[in-house]
Amino acid sequence: MSAFGFPKRPAGEPRTSYQSVEAWGMTHRADARVFHPTDVTQVKSSFEAARRDGVTIGPRGSGCSYGDASVNTGGHTLDITGMDKILSFDNETGIADCEAGVTIEGLWKHSLPRGYWPTVVSGTMFPTLAGTLGANIHGKNNFRVGTIGDAVHEFDLVTPAGELLTCSRDSNSDVFHAAIGGFGLLGVFTRVKIKTKKVHSGNLEVAAHATENLAEMMRYFEEHKATSDYLVGWIDCFGKGKMLGRGLIHNARYLDPGEDQGDIEESFTLGHQELPENIMGLFPKGELWQFLKYFTNDPGMRLINGTKFVSGLFEGNSPPIRQSHAGFAFLLDYVPNWKRAYGKGGLIQYQPFVPEETAHDVYSECLKWSHRKGIVPYLGVFKRHIHDPFLMTYSTGGWSMAMDFKVTAANRKEVWEHTKELTEIVLEGGGRFYFAKDMVIGPEHAKRMFPAENLARFFELKDRLDPEHLLQTDMWRRVLQPLSPRA
Amino acid sequence: MGAELVKRLAADGWHVAAIARREQPLKELKSGAPAGAVHVHAHDVTNTGEIPALFEEIVRELGGLDLFIYAAGVMPEVEAEEYNTEKDFLQFAVNLGGCVAWTNEVALYMQSARAGTIVGISSIAGDRGRKPNPAYHTSKAAMSTYLESLRNRLSSYDVHVCTIKPGTVLTPMTEGMDDLKWPIPVEAAVSDILKAIEKKKNTAYVPFRWQLVSLIIQHIPSMVFRKLNF
Repeated sequence: MSAFGFPKRPAGEPRTSYQSVEAWGMTHRADARVFHPTDVTQVKSSFEAARRDGVTIGPRGSGCSYGDASVNTGGHTLDITGMDKILSFDNETGIADCEAGVTIEGLWKHSLPRGYWPTVVSGTMFPTLAGTLGANIHGKNNFRVGTIGDAVHEFDLVTPAGELLTCSRDSNSDVFHAAIGGFGLLGVFTRVKIKTKKVHSGNLEVAAHATENLAEMMRYFEEHKATSDYLVGWIDCFGKGKMLGRGLIHNARYLDPGEDQGDIEESFTLGHQELPENIMGLFPKGELWQFLKYFTNDPGMRLINGTKFVSGLFEGNSPPIRQSHAGFAFLLDYVPNWKRAYGKGGLIQYQPFVPEETAHDVYSECLKWSHRKGIVPYLGVFKRHIHDPFLMTYSTGGWSMAMDFKVTAANRKEVWEHTKELTEIVLEGGGRFYFAKDMVIGPEHAKRMFPAENLARFFELKDRLDPEHLLQTDMWRRVLQPLSPRA
Repeated sequence: MGAELVKRLAADGWHVAAIARREQPLKELKSGAPAGAVHVHAHDVTNTGEIPALFEEIVRELGGLDLFIYAAGVMPEVEAEEYNTEKDFLQFAVNLGGCVAWTNEVALYMQSARAGTIVGISSIAGDRGRKPNPAYHTSKAAMSTYLESLRNRLSSYDVHVCTIKPGTVLTPMTEGMDDLKWPIPVEAAVSDILKAIEKKKNTAYVPFRWQLVSLIIQHIPSMVFRKLNF
């Protein structure tokens, strides 16, 4: 018994809380008992608790998936963020052995002072390794290094049956290739061994290049993909006609040994990397979203996008600059809580992955159709991808364009209808979707995007590792479960 | 005061869960309210271990939670020269321990929902450490400070925290006490409280005149204050 009669928790039992668990895009939420395990035993107890209560349990990291991949309506939630210790780091090889709740932030802040940068990072530093493995995330360097799964050497997965499977390319290879990108539906990641990349400076060289339309952007990517380390395109989705898909590319590369003439030691420090907390030293960035909310409407976003494009023309004519790794990588963290500028209704990010051959036509069609319907994405982000070896991969070896749509109580139905129409265009072009973002597709679309054999193998593994189907999420029930043989 | 709040809220169309120690008054609250408006739960706030599960049950039965009011409090009679740890710890357990245990659950829930209002019935008695009941003054001072911290924490999550500081209200707590200063009936106090909640007040003295009294009391120097008999 601790103070005020509050019972002391037995060592093997995780702390729990009751919360409104929200999709990152704020378009979906569900109340749930949340389990916060700090070790493998407590992960197993969380499964036990769900079993005892006769409900399912949904795995969740930092809750950075835009859609419903980490929300489990009617069941419990297992929050892995409490398992946040880095167990070891090899200064010779850059291999980090981490508990799976370690975040990208935890990883880079540990590795960079030792001269390493995570091989693959997301546009925000808050996701956990467990979450990023489940989603098999990629970065702006997907075309060079593959997805995060490609950087993983080994992981431990605790299955609902209570087994701890150590998986790698050599051992339990089928589970290795299915759990990465398997959205936590096969087991809970508890430990991840991941490689990081030796860097010779805390800075990157970053060049900007403005492009007048999509074809030009794609051409620039193709011309530079062999020599650059990171390529990301921002698209002003309001551009029309000859300016359809106009935008700005940022092209970054690692510096070679000796190339950075500045204070290299200093460049590796966290102080050098940290994003500034205040704008002009005064205004706290944490509150900036309050100001941005006045612009999250069609005229406001047309203005912001247009201004950004024009300033990009100037930026593109300037010589390359040096920027810290964190400053370049975590664009989404520049304005904390920016999503709240979208208002209570939130946003969805619609990100089709389309093969090389059809990409230009599919994306052009998507933008044109959005203009015709008057539902224009407020932000567009363009990337280049390669194939990866994971069972449930979203990659088509081609391109992706992420489009952010504002959602309100009034337009929600319309936006969903609109994306449904876009999904037809995408699937016709052989495209796929990514569950770290998706909030809209249905089983009929999943059936068309995944090879039948991959789906069958995934369901087989699900039945083998989780025979009771204890691990579930709203995404699973929305998209995959209806296709499973048990449905 | 809690019972009166439940009656008023239920009459205004809210779905309310009422929590109290004794079953009988709860039953009366339920039967006196529009059908289905009031859910009741017998619970002693000092049984803090029960709180997480009970909280979940209540949010489920109400289908969410918009407003939480912590109105539990005890003030046993303490003699002028009495030092009684048993009585003092009971006050800490009910007025503070129960408040923190309940409000923590609520705060996390409302923070995650980014909506809601938390109300704590503290007391003007927490504004100064006066002679009559050291532990009571302490528990209310602590409660007010705790609520202020939550207000500062939760404001960026669109959750409002309102501290109510009643003066003398005619409730079972003050029954049998003589020399009551400016007592008001519980119905009047509850009207003021509901108004303060609606107006999103940070701190509200009930009734308002106590705010002026408090302002003066808080500025009396200690060497004078200790000579005063109240």
